[in-house]
Amino acid sequence: MKLNERSLAFYATCDAPVDNAGFLYKKGGRHAAYHRRWFVLRGNMLFYFEDPASREPVGVIILEGCTVELVEAAEEFAFAVRFAGARARTYVLAAESQAAMEGWVKALSRASFDYLRLVVRELEQQLAAMRAGDCPHPPRRPRALPPKENGCAVWSAEPPAASPAPSPAGASAAGSQPGAAPPPLPPRRRASAPNGPLRAGSFAQLHELYGQEVRALRSQWLRSRAQP
Amino acid sequence: MRYNEKELQALSRQPAELAAELGMRGPKKGSVLKRRLVKLVVNFLFYFRTDEAEPVGALLLERCRVTQEEPSGFSISFLEDPERKYHFACCSEEQCQEWMGALRRASYEFMRRSLIFYRNEIQKMTGKDPLEQFGISEEARFKLGGLKA
Repeated sequence: MKLNERSLAFYATCDAPVDNAGFLYKKGGRHAAYHRRWFVLRGNMLFYFEDPASREPVGVIILEGCTVELVEAAEEFAFAVRFAGARARTYVLAAESQAAMEGWVKALSRASFDYLRLVVRELEQQLAAMRAGDCPHPPRRPRALPPKENGCAVWSAEPPAASPAPSPAGASAAGSQPGAAPPPLPPRRRASAPNGPLRAGSFAQLHELYGQEVRALRSQWLRSRAQP
Repeated sequence: MRYNEKELQALSRQPAELAAELGMRGPKKGSVLKRRLVKLVVNFLFYFRTDEAEPVGALLLERCRVTQEEPSGFSISFLEDPERKYHFACCSEEQCQEWMGALRRASYEFMRRSLIFYRNEIQKMTGKDPLEQFGISEEARFKLGGLKA
């Protein structure tokens, strides 16, 4: 499969917020030795470098659909990133301290895009409910998150709550399990508040709104430059 | 760069946010438009030959720019090389807008910014941090100061 590896390498080394970084030992294969590598977690990508000064990663572990577990290993402070499916690889990693190991297990088990999306949708709904004037506090406990500390929101976990209006429904199913009927969403208030568009809706809507303005201004500017 | 290809293939089989048959043209000079099944799953855009189960390729959608290309098409380029564009042809303006919107929202970084935004809004309204109930309120990755382009 082709992959935009150059862009991946830039993402690995850019200024974007790093979610965790540090040295870990990585087991080469089932009977192979451990290699000490510099690991950088960014989003749902776990990059590993020869050392912190390397310009390009040796490799990356894409973290969707994994679980993170403690393991019994000859190496101290070991843990595993495990994927489901036949012949799926399990990455055995070892930290250099108990604290580092715990930090990594926590960070990796919440690193997936799916997990983040669940949280965002939950917050989106809470905010929508508050604006509709239901109550000042979140209306219900979060239902869709994994109960375990070191569990991972794999896509086969409980279905996320339905997403409100701004996300367009795709040609095929949205990323949730069939069979779960999401609760009806509270009605959205119209954007008539004095602070203007800020009360209008979701982050995505605002982003799109301001983005359109920026693009319109930019085309205007480009056109004015084209005419000497 | 090594990557866990099996897991990426498995990901390409997951339910998509958006999927459609589109015309696609690669960034290399002289490449031709081909029909591809294009599928958006989390922050990856997979593209398949229309009769195959395994994807031809995948694009990680971080630090990318989605631009409208006339008529009813769009392109994806990446910040480090904005002239290198992947072109897509849609069957209507409506489909084009739908895809552009979805792709702009598809990155992990966008999702992170959304989370910080909602967290801030809810905190302003209630005085409480909504991330506390998830046990993730201390994570540096969701701090307001962590917002960068």
